[in-house]
Amino acid sequence: MTRRQKEILNTVFRYVIILGVGIIMIYPMLWMLGASFMKSNSEIFGSISFIPKSFTLDGYKNGWNSTTYSFGHYMLNTYKFVIPKVIGTVISATITAYGFSRFNFIGKKFWFGVMLSTLFLPQVVLNVPQFILFNQLGWVDSYLPLVVPSFLAADTYFVFMIVQFMRSIPRELEEAAEIDGCNSLQRLYYVVTPMVKPAVVSAALFQFMWSSNDFMGPLIYLNSVKKYTASLGLRMMMDTEVGFDWNKVLALSVISIIPSLIVFFAAQDQFIEGISAGSVKG
Amino acid sequence: MKNSQNVAADAQANAMMGIKEHKKPGLKKFFKENSGFLYILPWLIGFIVFKFLPFMSSLFYSFTNYNLFKQGIDFIGLDNYEKIFNTPKLVKSFVVTFKYAFMTVPLKLVFALFIAYLLNFKLKFINAFRVAYYIPSILGGSVAIAVLWQFLFQNNGLVNTVLGVFGVEPINWLGSSKYALFVVSLLRVWQFGSAMVIFLAALKGVPKDLYEAASIDGAGKFTQFIKVTIPLITPVIFYNLVTQLVQAFQEFNGPYMITRGGPMGSTTLISLLIYQNAFKLQEMGLASAMAWLLFIIVAGLTAVSFISQKYWVYYGDEER
Repeated sequence: MTRRQKEILNTVFRYVIILGVGIIMIYPMLWMLGASFMKSNSEIFGSISFIPKSFTLDGYKNGWNSTTYSFGHYMLNTYKFVIPKVIGTVISATITAYGFSRFNFIGKKFWFGVMLSTLFLPQVVLNVPQFILFNQLGWVDSYLPLVVPSFLAADTYFVFMIVQFMRSIPRELEEAAEIDGCNSLQRLYYVVTPMVKPAVVSAALFQFMWSSNDFMGPLIYLNSVKKYTASLGLRMMMDTEVGFDWNKVLALSVISIIPSLIVFFAAQDQFIEGISAGSVKG
Repeated sequence: MKNSQNVAADAQANAMMGIKEHKKPGLKKFFKENSGFLYILPWLIGFIVFKFLPFMSSLFYSFTNYNLFKQGIDFIGLDNYEKIFNTPKLVKSFVVTFKYAFMTVPLKLVFALFIAYLLNFKLKFINAFRVAYYIPSILGGSVAIAVLWQFLFQNNGLVNTVLGVFGVEPINWLGSSKYALFVVSLLRVWQFGSAMVIFLAALKGVPKDLYEAASIDGAGKFTQFIKVTIPLITPVIFYNLVTQLVQAFQEFNGPYMITRGGPMGSTTLISLLIYQNAFKLQEMGLASAMAWLLFIIVAGLTAVSFISQKYWVYYGDEER
């Protein structure tokens, strides 16, 4: 076999694996989408094809109103806490990152180390006392426990991400602004923030998707069905329906992930840049 | 006239004070030099209120019989920890958690690295594949995907149907204590995309001339991978290993939603029992003790990884 033949064979081999794995990754989701348009459980099970024989919206229609509140209500609830959370994260993480990357102060190294170590601190250890704290504050069964910590840069992953990005940006513009009489807050607002926008945007996108899919937080803190988020609503529906119609559950599952998918496809490069920037440079 | 004179005088006074301040280091100077501290203050407050104090108080609670339903709180020493070791169900959940972590983390990392390696060759449609592989990582934790997983592994679900084509008898995936943990682990392995993206970025950073040099020395692709690629990306392997370990030991959503810890407790990870004890039975003391044991395990493994770094992780700038 010549070198060239070997090269071609290798390339074919690579394509086959990549394509095969790709199908395994995506096919389940295509099947979920297809099955949500199918008529009955008997059509859903027992066939490999994901294309519905008779296309129907029954799953969506019946699923939408199958619990006390419509699924739209739960979706709306989700964004009632996700949007403030994203805003809080972006503002507080940028401010904290600015402090760590642009100033010297006593104990800076120590506090930065502390912040990094919280990246590895398992949330499990904090759940119980945090619940007790929020319970004493009377915040249980509201969105406050899910939102307030993010206004104080609780998700340090994003602080770290923005710090990494800020460090790679030259300081000349800020120095010029300082000479022109800008104080540090003005420099942050007018000079630094526009430049770190890519990192801030990817932090916002990640937080949006992570918290829209969050299950444990809402599960712990929300008691009344009226306040349930989409993930809790979906979970409740699975619990209450015995021998349920799969097309309903799958239809709602599809609806619940659509916003995340839209955000992902609109900004896929941002995501992939963001995730590699946060880790590799560090 | 008078006004402008005043202004001028004020300015002069200020300037003089300014000079004075400069000469005499005082409180004001201290504040000026440490003003950056103000920017991290919100984080610091959040850290103390939502992380540090809860962290310490959960250690305290772990030595008490604190229960939200009952009045009062007594210090009971190590009783909670003793109880954990004497309750077979709790011991088993620790064993299951170890099995889960040691099954998912290596599988996920090997898979992520392998696919990243393939994607690093100049192939067409790389971006499309990268996106396809990454989507599961984004949606992986959601209830929707748990629904999907449960659905795929039904007795007459897609997995058994596909296996049936190859003549394999249907397997009771979710109902047998032999396979259920495997199914739940597979959900996590399926989300290898985020680790893959990180590997891919690292692979792109390996200098091309090193491969050329190795190739001239007669090294094949496989030898190049083992001798050149792996050593150079060890920092990223290390990063992925630690983050994946920390996450795997805390896994909750998958087993909670897909199998509810069953059958026969075969997928009951510690986090499920912590949740149950804390938020269903309100046994805050016992739950805190379990959480702390889990924390000690995770911290121990992280520490071992960090210490072991010097034997296998290669940081380029050290050697130059």
